[in-house]
Amino acid sequence: MEFLNGLVALANFVLIPAVAYGAQLALGALGVTLIYGILRFSNFAHGDTMAFGTMCTILATWWLQSLGVSLGPLPTALLAIPFGIAGCAALILLTDRVVYRFYRRQKVKPMIMVIVSMGVMFIYNGVTRFIIGTEDQNFADGERFLIGAREFKALTGLDEGLAIRTTQAITVVTALIVVAALFWFLNRTRTGKSMRAYSDNEDLALLSGINPERVVMVTWLIVAALATIAGVLYGLDKSFKPFTYFQLLLPIFAAAIVGGLGSPLGAIAGGFVIAFSEVGITYAWKKVLGYWLPDTLAPDGLVQLMSTDYKFAVSFVILLIVLLFRPTGLFKGKSV
Amino acid sequence: MGEPYLIGEAMTGGYGTGADILQGCTIAVERGEIAVIVGPNGAGKSTAMKAVFGMLNLREGSVRLAGEDITQLSPQDRVAKGMGFVPQTQNIFGSMTVEENLEMGAFIRRDDFRGTLAQVYDLFPILKEKRYQAAGELSGGQRQQVAVGRALMTQPRVLMLDEPTAGVSPIVMDELFDRIIEVARSGISILMVEQNARQALEIADKGYVLVQGANAFTDTGRALLANPDVRRSFLGG
Repeated sequence: MEFLNGLVALANFVLIPAVAYGAQLALGALGVTLIYGILRFSNFAHGDTMAFGTMCTILATWWLQSLGVSLGPLPTALLAIPFGIAGCAALILLTDRVVYRFYRRQKVKPMIMVIVSMGVMFIYNGVTRFIIGTEDQNFADGERFLIGAREFKALTGLDEGLAIRTTQAITVVTALIVVAALFWFLNRTRTGKSMRAYSDNEDLALLSGINPERVVMVTWLIVAALATIAGVLYGLDKSFKPFTYFQLLLPIFAAAIVGGLGSPLGAIAGGFVIAFSEVGITYAWKKVLGYWLPDTLAPDGLVQLMSTDYKFAVSFVILLIVLLFRPTGLFKGKSV
Repeated sequence: MGEPYLIGEAMTGGYGTGADILQGCTIAVERGEIAVIVGPNGAGKSTAMKAVFGMLNLREGSVRLAGEDITQLSPQDRVAKGMGFVPQTQNIFGSMTVEENLEMGAFIRRDDFRGTLAQVYDLFPILKEKRYQAAGELSGGQRQQVAVGRALMTQPRVLMLDEPTAGVSPIVMDELFDRIIEVARSGISILMVEQNARQALEIADKGYVLVQGANAFTDTGRALLANPDVRRSFLGG
């Protein structure tokens, strides 16, 4: 009983939140890693791309709500995601046309592209805040819990409650579908294979008649979809605030680099490594350890390794360790 | 005798705005024959072939394929015209499977290319065996087979090979040359640059010895091997 209670507490406070957060990071990191693999630069504007796509989705959600449209127990935002993706894709393609393409034609060094993307980041940043403001926006509606803590206790007779929020379940299910679709596209379709070929060996791809501008356009469209979905899932799970999305850049890059830049599989693994480390290190383990250890060993303090205010330090440290000991990441990406 | 199937005539030019590497050099290959470019290091062998393929700008001279002037076409357009090119290095998609490499070779084809795939597998049986393996995991000789196979997937009329036997063992080299002869017998013209001059000239219908970007000797492979001047200067006696 004691053991089970500990396990439930662990699932409630660490495992489930970390899985949901990891799925959101994985989707974000997939976008970063695709851009790195195909356009060959680290896109610093990715966090704000997510923010912009999420903003479009929120605006569409409000519009749908004003029309009285609802998905019942599911959040209306799920219906609004296609609008968000369309808005985000339009912005990204416009940016590529007026900014990135100019530098791509000059064949500038990746470092210059990184600086360019920082400029783009500030523009997106401003646009998003100008339209929707800097405040928190909560746009989740529908059923709040899949299983509530009280119901769970009544159901199992345990002392500890287990709550699974609808948004957490939606996050995991959506992420699974999106990742499966992405891998199917990359490994099974002609266009997907041509993207991998272009990422692998640009010159030979050109010799094979692969059109680089088309590869770039398809990549941006996929990135727009991934960024919007990741941003909406994060916003549903927590809340939407432009500054938080800008801050997400660090764990997302950490995830992409830990997994190996350019490797989609690595981005997913990296997302979960970062999420579990962050949640695990900032969680106060007193309760779980209280159940699991004999009374004489029960801890007095909170057993929290680090305050949640320092959660970004976790990404940084993991990033450092990986870069020091395995610069190409867990899945043999390109070295940074 | 009419004009050769592919000819780069009196080519002069270099990379970008740099100095001219080629000085009025002429390279040609007849239908279904093997032409080999040999010469000392820095003679512009690879450059001459890249010029024929359109990878550098010619200041003078022209390239003609089956009588048509293609001097202004980009390499991609030349692929569409029936030229296949196997670069010396980085000539495969290492992270993709053997079969995917071949599929990418056929990227510009909109028709059913399964027949060509089967032909490539007939030519290189080892590739069929390893078709689901990542090409980057294969041995040097097998990678070269993938590279040649990829170029064959467009069903080219001319296949250009930049040092296909660089870095492979002598046994593998002989085997590769045998395959190349087989490709030529199927009616595809072969133009290749080779370091292993003696072996390459033995299978060549036509040999070009380049020195400092210009033609030094041009003859049949057999005649060049027998030529005392060529032997003394390039073949080590």
